[in-house]
Amino acid sequence: MTLMTIVLIIMVLAALWSSLTTLLLRATIALALTSAMLSVIMYSLGATLAAVLELSVCAGLISVVFVSVISLTQRKPLKEVLKHRVNRRSRFWPLPVVVLAVGVALSFVHTPVQLVLPIPGGDGDVRTVLWSMRQVDLFGQILILLAGAFGVLVLFKREEKDDK
Amino acid sequence: MISEIPHSFLLYFVFFILLMIDGLWCMLATYNLLRMLIGLEVLMKSVTFFLIVAGFLSGRMALAQAMVITVIVIEVVVVVVAAGLILGFFRKTDTLSVRATRNLKG
Amino acid sequence: MSSVLLLLPFATLIVLNLLPRGSHGWAWIASLTVFGLQTVIAALHPFGVIDWSFMDPVQKALGFNVAIDNLGVMLLVTAGLAGMAALCVASASLKQERRRFIFANLLLIALIGVDGIAMVRDLFSLYIFIEVTSVCAFILVAFRDGQASLEGAWKYLILSAIASVFLLTSIGCFLLSAGGISFDEVAAGFAAPTPLMWVAGALFLCGLFVKGAMVPFHGWLADAYAEAPPAVSVFLAGIVTKASGIFALMRLGPAIMGTAGPAREILLVVGTVTAVAGAFLALTQNDMKRMLAYSSVSQMGYIILALGGNAPLALIAAGVHFFNHTVSKAQLFANAAAIEDTLGTRDMDRMGGISSRMPLTGATSVIGTLSIAGLPPLAGFWSKLLIVIALWQAGQVVFAVIAILTSVVTLAYFLSLQRRVFFGKTPVEWEAVKEAGAGYTVPAVALAAITVAVGLGFPFLLRVILGGGV
Repeated sequence: MTLMTIVLIIMVLAALWSSLTTLLLRATIALALTSAMLSVIMYSLGATLAAVLELSVCAGLISVVFVSVISLTQRKPLKEVLKHRVNRRSRFWPLPVVVLAVGVALSFVHTPVQLVLPIPGGDGDVRTVLWSMRQVDLFGQILILLAGAFGVLVLFKREEKDDK
Repeated sequence: MISEIPHSFLLYFVFFILLMIDGLWCMLATYNLLRMLIGLEVLMKSVTFFLIVAGFLSGRMALAQAMVITVIVIEVVVVVVAAGLILGFFRKTDTLSVRATRNLKG
Repeated sequence: MSSVLLLLPFATLIVLNLLPRGSHGWAWIASLTVFGLQTVIAALHPFGVIDWSFMDPVQKALGFNVAIDNLGVMLLVTAGLAGMAALCVASASLKQERRRFIFANLLLIALIGVDGIAMVRDLFSLYIFIEVTSVCAFILVAFRDGQASLEGAWKYLILSAIASVFLLTSIGCFLLSAGGISFDEVAAGFAAPTPLMWVAGALFLCGLFVKGAMVPFHGWLADAYAEAPPAVSVFLAGIVTKASGIFALMRLGPAIMGTAGPAREILLVVGTVTAVAGAFLALTQNDMKRMLAYSSVSQMGYIILALGGNAPLALIAAGVHFFNHTVSKAQLFANAAAIEDTLGTRDMDRMGGISSRMPLTGATSVIGTLSIAGLPPLAGFWSKLLIVIALWQAGQVVFAVIAILTSVVTLAYFLSLQRRVFFGKTPVEWEAVKEAGAGYTVPAVALAAITVAVGLGFPFLLRVILGGGV
């Protein structure tokens, strides 16, 4: 049981917890934990920049977005929530069982998959690749951020009157 | 161009599939819009994980990292837009139940 | 030169947002100009008329890995036309200036997205620009801020996100099996395909099928198209679904995955099922925009079906049908917008005899519906003929026959639409309606004119296209 295996197991357990828990705030915390574990795995595989971004953006920013939406929409009294917990059990209890079963079953699979050979010497630094070979991607990122900004303008603003 | 996946990495693929199952199940079995979004997030994390592992195994980590950075940006924007839709929906119907969205016949 | 088409709308976007608030009215004119310029520039590109070498230092500084080929030109011209039509409809249907401003901005971003889809040489960049266009589409569908619009936008978002997961998984698999994700590397990989490459290819196809609303993933399309505000429907039907799903399939199917083999079979089957199912679903609709939406599903199935034919005619047939359908469908949605705005309803059972009250809308709708149904001498007839010929040449006789039979169903539901909406007795409530404003009729007339012109001049056009090659 290496450290990596433990981190992977915690990641999947956290993801399971986010699906199974009834309270949405706990689900958000579980999601943040999943992101944190994923970030650790990424760092250990050598993807340092991606790990940092995953931690700060996914575990941080997205959790903030979720918590703010939850706080703006939370209306149910506790009794209803507890009643709902029993309600959703029927839909969700197979999930951990299926995950465990699939996990155990797949660990015995040993098909040889044909992969491409790694480039000797690696394919360079992320920063060089990103800035000198994938400029179109950066342009696309700028575009989608602008689109998101307009989306916030359109969707989050409280309209007083309903018009086309 | 043949090389087998080292045994230690089979583990990573197994966990990728497990994460994907969890995300999909959560999205499909829930009646709550926000939880659908959480399931979608888990799904995207599984794919991010797969991209990094693919980059590591094929020795093209720089390309994979560049892709993951972009995917994270796109993921954030999609989540923000989805949250906006949920907020708008809540303001109109005062509920987050998916059953309220079954109005349109599709 | 290719960077011009990406940079021009971007520069316009920045300038528009830096201007003081009072001059927001310029946004509409600026966007219209940009779309118009794009149509003209793209249409002239194959003829090499304009000398773009002054853009070279900019191109070198930016280093975008983009290139325009004839297939891309088709998409660029189509996007320009659809955008202009959408902006005209928006000028009439969006009453507030602030809303028009945001609409114009989002449309510009979506245009850059579509341009990107037409011009990139890389699977991942393709994914990025598909996402850019999709995010703009989500926001635009929800523009009306009613419960139904939000519901349509939500369904679209969720299904589009699942499709993105498929696309990204397939990109990861390509990374593992082909060592790269540019079109050339993947095509080279398919020269000696391993099982993992087939898995990757299948996943990518599935993702694109969802984005392009192929059956059985078509569930989101009717809601999104019908509930979107009128101007958005014109653009959405015109370009977004087509660019993100169908065009990507046209780019990938033949060129990357090879013209023979399983990819072609899959495209044939999925295309046929979609064409037939969409046509029958359209027959049962009462809501005008919903019928048009299912008609779009059916026609997009036709485009994919065409890819199963013999190259290079198959690709040309698909491309021509793409263009014809966009022009006609955008025009029909402009008509629907005119009717929705004037009458206030989309329920066809309540309508009747509108043609006498709104002559321009009625006349252009006749041209649009007959073109899509494939009647000569309109443009749609030629594209359907090419598709059938391409299938026949490839030996896929059964599919060719199905294509022809589906045309009959298409004619049936369109005749039903015409009878219910435009002809017959006018119910009392609509006695006093007048023709819709210029914002609705000008694009309708222009697009109808294009349909007729392409239809009449098609033999000449075909010679030009075949001479230029694909």
